[in-house]
Amino acid sequence: MKPDTVAASVTESVSDPAMGREAGAVAAASAHWHLGRRDFLKTFATGLVVVAWGNPLWAQRESGSSHSREGHPDVPRQIDSWLHLGADGTITFFTGKAELGQNIRTSLTQIVLEELPAPNHSVRMVMADTDLTPWDGGTFGSRTTPQMGKQLRNVAATAREVLLDLAAEAWQVDRSTLEATNGEIRHAATHRKSSYYDLTKGRLLQRDVMDSPPVKQPSVWTIAGTSMPKVNGRAFVTGRHQYASDFVLPGMLHGKVLRPPAYEATLVSFNAADVEKQNGVSVIHEDDFVGVVAPTVHDAEKALALLHAEWKTRAQISEGALFSHLRETSDYRSEEKEHRTDGSSLRRTYHVAYIAHVPLEPRAAVAQWNEGRLTVWTGTQRPFGVRAELAKAFAIPESQVRVIVPDTGSAYGGKHTGEAALEAARLARAAGKPVKLVWTREEEFTWAYFRPAAVIDVSASITPDGSLDVWDFHNLNSGNAGIRAPYRAARSNAEFHPSESPLRQGSYRALAATANHFARESHIDDLARLAKMDPLSFRLKNLNDPRAVAVLKAAADEFRWQEQKASPEVGYGLAVGTEKGSFVATCAEIALQRSTREFRVVRVVQAFECGAIVNPAHLMNQNEGAILQGLGGALFETVHFENGRILNPRLSSYRVPRFADVPEIKIVLLNRPDLSSVGAGETPIVTIAPAIGNAIFSATGVRIASMPLGQRVPPASG
Amino acid sequence: MSQRFQIWINGEQRSVQVDGDRTLLSVLRDDLGLTGTKYGCGEGQCGACMVLLDGRATNSCITPISSVGDKKVTTIEGLAKGETLHPVQAAFLEEDALQCGYCTSGMIISAVSLLNEAPHPTSEQIVHGMNRNVCRCCTYQRIRNAIVRASQAPAKSVTS
Repeated sequence: MKPDTVAASVTESVSDPAMGREAGAVAAASAHWHLGRRDFLKTFATGLVVVAWGNPLWAQRESGSSHSREGHPDVPRQIDSWLHLGADGTITFFTGKAELGQNIRTSLTQIVLEELPAPNHSVRMVMADTDLTPWDGGTFGSRTTPQMGKQLRNVAATAREVLLDLAAEAWQVDRSTLEATNGEIRHAATHRKSSYYDLTKGRLLQRDVMDSPPVKQPSVWTIAGTSMPKVNGRAFVTGRHQYASDFVLPGMLHGKVLRPPAYEATLVSFNAADVEKQNGVSVIHEDDFVGVVAPTVHDAEKALALLHAEWKTRAQISEGALFSHLRETSDYRSEEKEHRTDGSSLRRTYHVAYIAHVPLEPRAAVAQWNEGRLTVWTGTQRPFGVRAELAKAFAIPESQVRVIVPDTGSAYGGKHTGEAALEAARLARAAGKPVKLVWTREEEFTWAYFRPAAVIDVSASITPDGSLDVWDFHNLNSGNAGIRAPYRAARSNAEFHPSESPLRQGSYRALAATANHFARESHIDDLARLAKMDPLSFRLKNLNDPRAVAVLKAAADEFRWQEQKASPEVGYGLAVGTEKGSFVATCAEIALQRSTREFRVVRVVQAFECGAIVNPAHLMNQNEGAILQGLGGALFETVHFENGRILNPRLSSYRVPRFADVPEIKIVLLNRPDLSSVGAGETPIVTIAPAIGNAIFSATGVRIASMPLGQRVPPASG
Repeated sequence: MSQRFQIWINGEQRSVQVDGDRTLLSVLRDDLGLTGTKYGCGEGQCGACMVLLDGRATNSCITPISSVGDKKVTTIEGLAKGETLHPVQAAFLEEDALQCGYCTSGMIISAVSLLNEAPHPTSEQIVHGMNRNVCRCCTYQRIRNAIVRASQAPAKSVTS
């Protein structure tokens, strides 16, 4: 049947001139999507372009992936344009980073405005478009601020230096008497001024990015360092922002993919007879891949339900055998460490469950083939990586693939890959029409990847004066992020041992730093008790980094740690950590019901330091969000699985933090204008779980050595 | 079975010819191009799909189009009056009550519904009224602050 569509497509509606500036910006961005790189470069007919030759030094290599330019001779070594100054006064910056909610569109805007002063609205960030932006390894690892921030700062400063040169030459004045301000170069003594663009006199000027142009020190920042609101916030609160899942192309079909009943299942047979009778519906079958396309999502869903498939499944490791399996398949040979202590030493094994990212926007893509060239709009953290995946899958040069990432409905490390992009492109190629594919929540829970589960063995001992003596730490399966202890120890060892993971696993905000901090800070807390010392004093005595000490003291002061006395109804815990160059400490208070042994987190104080702060409000926002997201993994999030099937692939069976879970939260930001800014999207998540576990320990003496901790304290074991 | 439905959306009567078992969410997004309302879970658990039905926040992902009848539907696109934002939208901007923004439409709709019922909500009323909405970036504190700010806004909004 043919659907009766009554509305104009969304692409038309955002172009509505009545919609104001933000909508205009969205429409302008959409317009770019219809340009190829070559066309776009042609539009640089005049103005100033700041460029860099290919192979950027800051190119990030992710282990296991091969998507650098060097590995792909088909990707031309091209001039990367980082900035274009246009005749209308617009200053366009180009970056391969993606906006996923971490608010880098805003922070990068602040950074460039600091060096190239101009009205805020004149800056436009073109982001994460493989045809328009310089190659980039991906948006992960808290690298945007320290690396891309530095790069764009140099680009903006280069432009300013060039413009100052042009003005000095044109006006025959001493360059040092010129000032760049509000989109103009001014000469105060002669009252001369010129807009940035006018200084180019309508020529096209191309300049290389300077390696180390003069840049402002954070202590004199006036735009960076302030709480600029989200630059395109209005598009979000009005519902006008178009995520990949909202994108519409003329003539577009909707796709659905037939999923196996379990992982590792192979297709034995399938019957599409019932589907082929449906008007406008096509079934696409290539090897084990079966999908449908239809004029509406509803028709595609109905068609999918009418496919009859037979799958061959095989036995797989279930949740109950997970931790022994991780131990058996690692190169680390040791017994499970039951809690054992002789008064000065302590050994224990910690366990961490698989959890899911649950990005509220599930994987989504719109794919379009045009004369052998593929364009895909999708939400991913690695547009260039997804371009490589697509080129490989379809055996075409990367230059024939364009990946565009609209600002995306979150990722948290969970969108490094291009599953939906591949599937949509496959369906679109077979259908000969553009195809949109949006994963269901169940698909997102099942067919994406998880934060790795962990087994962590820790053995440690202390000297009679309460100093760490031996520290021996082994992480099985989850990774080595944050594995190095910020404590002095006479003999210290920390190792990561890969295992065979029964479930597909991958990056998650802060990677293994959360698991490693949970085990380490739980263990340190127990050692403090062995040393008969207060948990704060024990840490301060053994910490080896003044920045870690500073955040710990700041959190403890704000929490009034010294005044808190634990009781069977109230517990207090703290934890400190460092990862990716930033420092965090968290204090947590829990309230315990003695009869039921249920507890609630009622108060959290977190201190955080990441060098010079670029946007205090957004840094607060990241800290608050990380604490609460971390609360889910700390207390209740866990992926249940059996024999290749996920048992709780829905929000009704997989609990995430909600309003009712929110405790009182206080954030203390330590600004260090004397230090370079580093990223802050990840590290603020690593200390909430151990702080809660330690609060439980302070109230009950019970050490819960697994994440999630649960919401009820188990009875003390003998 | 394909049927014709006349529904009131954002102050206009719209006509759609769709199967009666279609959800309001899918009609809004796929037939009417109103993509501000989001899919998040399909089972009424996350609130990304919230719309106002006669002023009350309702999960459009589990509302059959056939059940809408003559109730007035307001989506996120229908809140602003021209270029003037609804006080709740303005408060979300002022409090920076979003990160990725995917939950924002549903959050704003639920907040408008809450304020329709309780113009000056207590903390408990905010938690109770908003607990059906998930923000995975966990900007809950800021959303709560935005609701409080909107409740203090001088111009009282009327939204049905």
